[in-house]
Amino acid sequence: MYRTALRNVLAHKGRLLMTALAVMLGTAFVAGTMVFSDTLGEAMKNSLSKSYSDISVQVTDPVADSPFRAREKSGKNQAKLTDDTVAKIAALPGTERARGSVGGFVGVADRKGDLIGQGWSSRGGNFLPDASGKDSRYPMAEGRGPKTSQEIALDRRTAEKGGYHLGDPVRTASDGPAVERTLVGVFTTDDPQVESGGTLTLFDNATAQQLLLAPGQYSTITVTAKPGTSQSALLQQITPVLPGDGQMQAETGQELTDSQTKMIADGTSGMKTALLAFAGISLFVGIFIIANTFTMLVAQRTRELALLRAVGAGRGQVTRSVLIEALLIGIIASVAGLVTGIGIGAGMRAVLDALDAGLPAGSLVVAPATIVVSLVVGVVVTTLSALLPAVRASRIAPVAAMSSGDQPAPQKSLVVRNVIGGLIAAGGLGLVALGAASGDSSGRMPVAAGAGLAMIGIFILLPLLSRPVIALVGPLLRPAGTAGRLARQNAVRNPRRTAATAAALTIGLALVSSLTVLGTSVGEAVDRSVTSSMKADYSIKTANGISPDPKLAASVAKVPGVAAVSPMTDVYWTLDGRDRAISGVDADAIDRLVSLTLDSGSTGALKQGGILVEADTAKNHNLSVGSTLSVEYPDGSKGQVTVGGVFRKSELLSPVVIANTEVFKHVEDPYVTQILVKASDGPSDGLRKAIKDATGSNPVIEVRTKQDIRDEFNKIITFMLNLMYGLLAMSVLVAVLGVINTLAMSVFERKREIGMLRAIGLDRRGIKRMVRLESVVISMFGAVIGVLLGCFLAWAVNGTLESSMPGLGTVLPYGKLLVFLALAGLVGMVAAIWPARRASRLDILSAIKTD
Amino acid sequence: MTTTTASAVRTGQAAARADGLSKVYGAGETRVVALDDVSVAFAQGEFTAIMGPSGSGKSTLMHCMAGLDTVSSGSATIGGTELVGLKDKQLTRLRRDKIGFIFQAFNLLPTLTALENITLPMDIAGTRVDKQWLDRVVDTVGLSGRLSHRPSQLSGGQQQRVACARALASKPEIIFADEPTGNLDSRSGAEILSFLRNSVRELGQTVVMVTHDPVAASYADRVVFLADGRIVDELIAPTADTVLDRMRRFDAKGRTS
Repeated sequence: MYRTALRNVLAHKGRLLMTALAVMLGTAFVAGTMVFSDTLGEAMKNSLSKSYSDISVQVTDPVADSPFRAREKSGKNQAKLTDDTVAKIAALPGTERARGSVGGFVGVADRKGDLIGQGWSSRGGNFLPDASGKDSRYPMAEGRGPKTSQEIALDRRTAEKGGYHLGDPVRTASDGPAVERTLVGVFTTDDPQVESGGTLTLFDNATAQQLLLAPGQYSTITVTAKPGTSQSALLQQITPVLPGDGQMQAETGQELTDSQTKMIADGTSGMKTALLAFAGISLFVGIFIIANTFTMLVAQRTRELALLRAVGAGRGQVTRSVLIEALLIGIIASVAGLVTGIGIGAGMRAVLDALDAGLPAGSLVVAPATIVVSLVVGVVVTTLSALLPAVRASRIAPVAAMSSGDQPAPQKSLVVRNVIGGLIAAGGLGLVALGAASGDSSGRMPVAAGAGLAMIGIFILLPLLSRPVIALVGPLLRPAGTAGRLARQNAVRNPRRTAATAAALTIGLALVSSLTVLGTSVGEAVDRSVTSSMKADYSIKTANGISPDPKLAASVAKVPGVAAVSPMTDVYWTLDGRDRAISGVDADAIDRLVSLTLDSGSTGALKQGGILVEADTAKNHNLSVGSTLSVEYPDGSKGQVTVGGVFRKSELLSPVVIANTEVFKHVEDPYVTQILVKASDGPSDGLRKAIKDATGSNPVIEVRTKQDIRDEFNKIITFMLNLMYGLLAMSVLVAVLGVINTLAMSVFERKREIGMLRAIGLDRRGIKRMVRLESVVISMFGAVIGVLLGCFLAWAVNGTLESSMPGLGTVLPYGKLLVFLALAGLVGMVAAIWPARRASRLDILSAIKTD
Repeated sequence: MTTTTASAVRTGQAAARADGLSKVYGAGETRVVALDDVSVAFAQGEFTAIMGPSGSGKSTLMHCMAGLDTVSSGSATIGGTELVGLKDKQLTRLRRDKIGFIFQAFNLLPTLTALENITLPMDIAGTRVDKQWLDRVVDTVGLSGRLSHRPSQLSGGQQQRVACARALASKPEIIFADEPTGNLDSRSGAEILSFLRNSVRELGQTVVMVTHDPVAASYADRVVFLADGRIVDELIAPTADTVLDRMRRFDAKGRTS
């Protein structure tokens, strides 16, 4: 039987090609993902161990190292890492070298005053020269290290991005106003954060301490051991000399590398899982195609298989021969997929390198796991997909060998299938609707389970749906004449086959359209909340999330053309025994900055020290205008506030609002989320520049219009959507292969019919059109069901998000959805190119020849 | 006994004719001559049977004359139109408009009803169906009650009758039938042959049928015998016995030579 299977594979090379390609693409995706993430992880690990190579022990002050402001860092604890600590450690017998470091947020401005790079990766540090005047950690490529508080050095990439040369004045800012200093050096570093696109500014030691921590204090001390002293031995020597009674953390370089490596592994494994999920979708789509191919192959070979049975092959042997065939295909395709995948991994690296995505360098990693997983997945998926057709093959009665075989075997009734599918789909849709109705996160489980069930149910029902749905598109084909009519009838001829082919596209389009609908809905909701709640023209925030100085508001207010300004403060006070988030706004500016709908009372009450309460909160606590609440301020004092108004929920405000004057009475330094600015004549570039100038051209300060905020958010959504489209493209590609495959096999099966059509006068073009239209009909069928399913799923997911995102409604981007359908039609056209050409070139004589 | 024997090439009203038609497959060692300088004419309103042993070239002759296959040399005409040199598109149109086909099997599209199958050539051409003629044809083949059935719901004989009706429906210049009774039992076969004869007698149709069955050939007005790619004899107003007799002589000759 093995030989029969092998012969069959060889005999049907052409027909199995698409199947093999489908498996290959799936495994290539898996292998590519694994190779790429392993390579990336390895490269990051390498760059880490390189940067930690001369660290034997690192001592960290957990308080100083935390991302608090320098002002808060100092004074809270007595124990500090100082020059004294460094000296003590340096004096230990095992120490070769000890170095104190400080670090923290420092933003670098480009020539326009805007931040270079991202807020989270903008850092500053101390330049600490040794006796020779050099700092081994930061070798200067040009110039020298900073020596005075008026000098800085920048990493090479940042200097290039800003277009700065030695001697240029450069504005930097940490948590204070921006200061201009002279660039005296450009350095290179293997700091992983800088290598991956961050900025690093170096100050002389005293300035760095002053700016980032406190004078004379370090956040970490890195120690290099003398040759012969082990890291753990050094750690033991160091521990006793540390201040603060165990408050300082001391780790060996090895521990540090290990923990960082683990963090990176966690990070890359998250990415890997996400990518593998998409690879899984392509493989899942592939299952339909493989199963379809083998079903068709078995149907075409009914007589052959029956003959095998007639001459004495057992059922098991027939099943096995089909499975061995699948196994062979699986092995060949998986190996090809693995090779392609390694290529993809290498290609992605090259592309990212070319795009200067800031990835650390490293060689390509093909882990044994990659090889094993890709091969196993490919082979198992192929074999399992062929299982059902193989079992069906064994049920062919030996007597079928004697039949003429002219007529296709009568198709099994779909009744059982439809009943099962109907039940599952109904159950699934019910669950989804139930979950969506909940309106909050509690509905997520039923929605997820229901969505899965509904999908499966719909897939089972696809053959049933094919007739009515394709009948709907029928009128569109009328202009195509006989070819169109034949195409439509061919498309519904074998509902199972049509369904299996269309299902592959349905999956892809359901995912694509649900993501698109979700993205559009969320985007729209954000847009609306920005537009509706914010009257102000500008929002001023910091790039690093640090509270902007409230005094900034006063300087902005002086800019000509500014009508109203208010810092939006955020405090937590205890109201009636309950901790509450409270928004502080300038009482006389609130009406011009925030769009508020008041159910009762007025914003004027704020001026008298009253509070405004959000409607739901007011209802829950039986508050109305005139109610009084007890307040416990953070400074310990107590008092009373009166409710002066009840307002409808706003994105910009906490449920309780109070005047800033009240806030500042009790909190000296409240957190400012943003500063809102209203322009008297609307936003303009000139005004934006004037406001930016008023902040001292501080790179950390971002001045954005409503449109900027919207654009920024839309950019994120668009980016996410494009990423998803890219990842789902693979499964659509696999689906296209499926369409090609089905068509090619159908053409082969119907070659006599096609020959007859040609004989009685349908020309080549008519035959081509017939095949092409059949392909378009099948693709559109899959796409229509997919888009509908996608919209439904998006609606359901939106239902579960409603509570966490007010104003979220399902918005259908009709234009985009129509584009998807049009693309699906195009996909059908493209998929039909080869089968249609084959059909039109069939030799009439050999097609109509009887045996 | 080449062309001269059989080709009483009547110059009158020929629906189709071949002049010096040759068909050669392959070259050199594997060269096979399927048709060797064949000249024959099929008169309008005549029912001709082409007979001959397997491999005699009878199907090839039909394929070449019906524009399904290309010829190596010579000429073939349908109703005065020369087939040799026509492009695929023109040949297709010619087949559609001037030729009716009945094959041994696979005559019908399983997705179409009997009626749709009958009108298929007209649908492809985009021409109007002559309703009266169609009714007459359908009546003649006795399918009136089964027009909405699909091929799978019809017996083999009924399917062939649909094929006959399709060939007749577009009033072609000539109908080529390739072993039309090959897959049928003798009763259904006799029915089909009667229809073909009646269509010639009553409707004035021209029919050329390839067969190896002497009984089938006896329905024709004339039988043309082929052997080794040449026309070797012909018989007017044949009966099953005379045809069988002629065939036996062939065999004997073939064996002695």
